[in-house]
Amino acid sequence: MKILVTAKRVTDPDMKIKIKEDGSGIDLSSMSFKVNPFDEIAIEEALRIRKDKGGEVVVVGIGSDKAQTEIRYGLSMGADRGIHVQVDGYMDSEVIAQILKSIVEKEQPDLVFLGKQAVDDDNNQVAQLLAEYLGWGQACFASKIEVNESKAIVEREVDGGIEIMEIDLPGIVSADLRLNEPRYPALPAIMKAKKKELQTLKPGDLGVDITPKVIVKRMAEPAQRKGGRMVADVPELVRLLKEEAKVI
Amino acid sequence: MSSVLIVVEHNKQKLKMATLKALTFARQAAKKLNTQLNLLVIGHEVEAVAKQLQPYGANTIYLVEDPAYKNYTAETWGHVTAEVAKQCDAVLIGINTGTTGRDLMPRVAAKLNAGMVTDLIDFDGDLFVREMWAGNARAFIEVTTPITVASIQGTAFGVAEPGGTESSITRLEIPVPKTKTRFLEIRETKSDRPDPTEARVVVSGGRGMKGPENFKLIEDLTDLFNGAVGASRAAVDSGWISNDLQVGQTGKTVAPDLYIAAGISGAIQHLAGMKNSKVIVAINKDEEAPIFQVSDYGLVADLFKVVPELTEALRKEI
Ligand SMILES: Cc1cc2nc3c(=O)[nH]c(=O)nc-3n(C[C@H](O)[C@H](O)[C@H](O)COP(=O)(O)OP(=O)(O)OC[C@H]3O[C@@H](n4cnc5c(N)ncnc54)[C@H](O)[C@@H]3O)c2cc1C
Repeated sequence: MKILVTAKRVTDPDMKIKIKEDGSGIDLSSMSFKVNPFDEIAIEEALRIRKDKGGEVVVVGIGSDKAQTEIRYGLSMGADRGIHVQVDGYMDSEVIAQILKSIVEKEQPDLVFLGKQAVDDDNNQVAQLLAEYLGWGQACFASKIEVNESKAIVEREVDGGIEIMEIDLPGIVSADLRLNEPRYPALPAIMKAKKKELQTLKPGDLGVDITPKVIVKRMAEPAQRKGGRMVADVPELVRLLKEEAKVI
Repeated sequence: MSSVLIVVEHNKQKLKMATLKALTFARQAAKKLNTQLNLLVIGHEVEAVAKQLQPYGANTIYLVEDPAYKNYTAETWGHVTAEVAKQCDAVLIGINTGTTGRDLMPRVAAKLNAGMVTDLIDFDGDLFVREMWAGNARAFIEVTTPITVASIQGTAFGVAEPGGTESSITRLEIPVPKTKTRFLEIRETKSDRPDPTEARVVVSGGRGMKGPENFKLIEDLTDLFNGAVGASRAAVDSGWISNDLQVGQTGKTVAPDLYIAAGISGAIQHLAGMKNSKVIVAINKDEEAPIFQVSDYGLVADLFKVVPELTEALRKEI
């Protein structure tokens, strides 16, 4: 079984971001980066399926040259080889999905695994767009997956509980938080990953137009809450909820 | 005439309250764009849902019924939505956010060559506004395609009241497409409590709850208000409480009148889902916990002592 997974380079989700004074974007100068946590879960799941069924796991990353760090991270987790599509600057979800589509057409995987959303732009679109472009089925927000020869049974985290669905392969699955706990690569695996194949392509090689249709014109800080007031005990809290906040 | 089209989320009998928030947005958008406003109900034997919407003044309520549309799948509902959007010349197609909306709408966008805005919170007729980076950045977005598809963040819009002339219901036959996915079953979370996105009061527990049995303390408190139970990721990951109660960046976004967080540290990802609540109360034994930076009233205490105390004190007040 051949599985394609994605590794997006995102700002460290536990770091506080700062918006540039001129509103043109996020100030990335003092940020550290890592692989999108949901992609990490997708990579882990692909590796588990490979262990069970055999085959190959290919990690795809799209972005500047620095995006190779996150592809290498996927390789150090245990993926077999990497593909880097080199794009500098802003892309919308549609551009990413179009690039992935052309890679899927070249690589012909049985399954494409993506994170359900990237924790930077929080778009939650690429898996679904890709499925439609390919005319494949989608199973998004997966918390459990069982792969047979030509089908997979997927449990999805939905608003009302857990939905169970069947998807024909090849198909698209997006990973939710509770699908698995990703491994930490050990040092020998990190060393080994440096020697694994990593192919670099340009959107032009794939015939993809990278003009975005959804454009971020500017950014601003959201309204800040004024918190921090402390109360001494429960009676004071109850009194304030009643008399000041008037919510009871 | 072109239109704004809203896909109605329902539970097969009743529309979800979040749909009425999407409707509030849609009314504003239709006015700004000078278009009609249409609604779309998809399912099997769901005329009752369409009827509930008649007093809300939409131009047309489209009703598409087929046994194959009974249980939502992105492929079937996406197909229907795109077909109806073409028939009513929709320039803006929206749905309330949630797992259905987020699963469905990108597929619709792909079918219509439309740009998509996830979880919009505002629209001035030109730019859309949404939050990114776990709610820490507000982005102003231009969509350059003739059609825009969007999921609508319910916390940013009030519940629409009935108004305008009664809408007519138009049945449309949309042939069922071939699909590559099949719905098998849903293991629904059984609860008499409201969903956290719909409740006036939400009481959430985190890792500090220490175990599933202690969520009884949270339930006793929230039940005083007919409120909802929420949770942090840590509590859900531990298996103490069901996944659909997770509040946060990658769970549900809530904005109740009163949000009480007990034993929750206040990670960026959790704050993203509740920072727009009207009043926030935090109970945590660590005075350094970041949750206190956003709470209106913070109480440094052992939750096992003060949550029951609070429940008893409030029982006398309400
Ligand atoms: C990709 C990604 C997505 C995420 N999405 C979400 C999300 O949607 N929602 C979410 O909530 N998190 C999310 N997280 C996780 C988030 O980063 C935090 O790990 C999580 O919110 C922590 O949960 P917690 O506050 O319950 O646990 P902790 O951070 O461990 O905090 C427990 C708190 O309980 C307090 N406490 C302990 N005992 C007591 C007591 N007896 N009385 C009073 N206080 C007590 C402690 O002082 C502490 O502050 C996400 C993380 C990632 C990486």
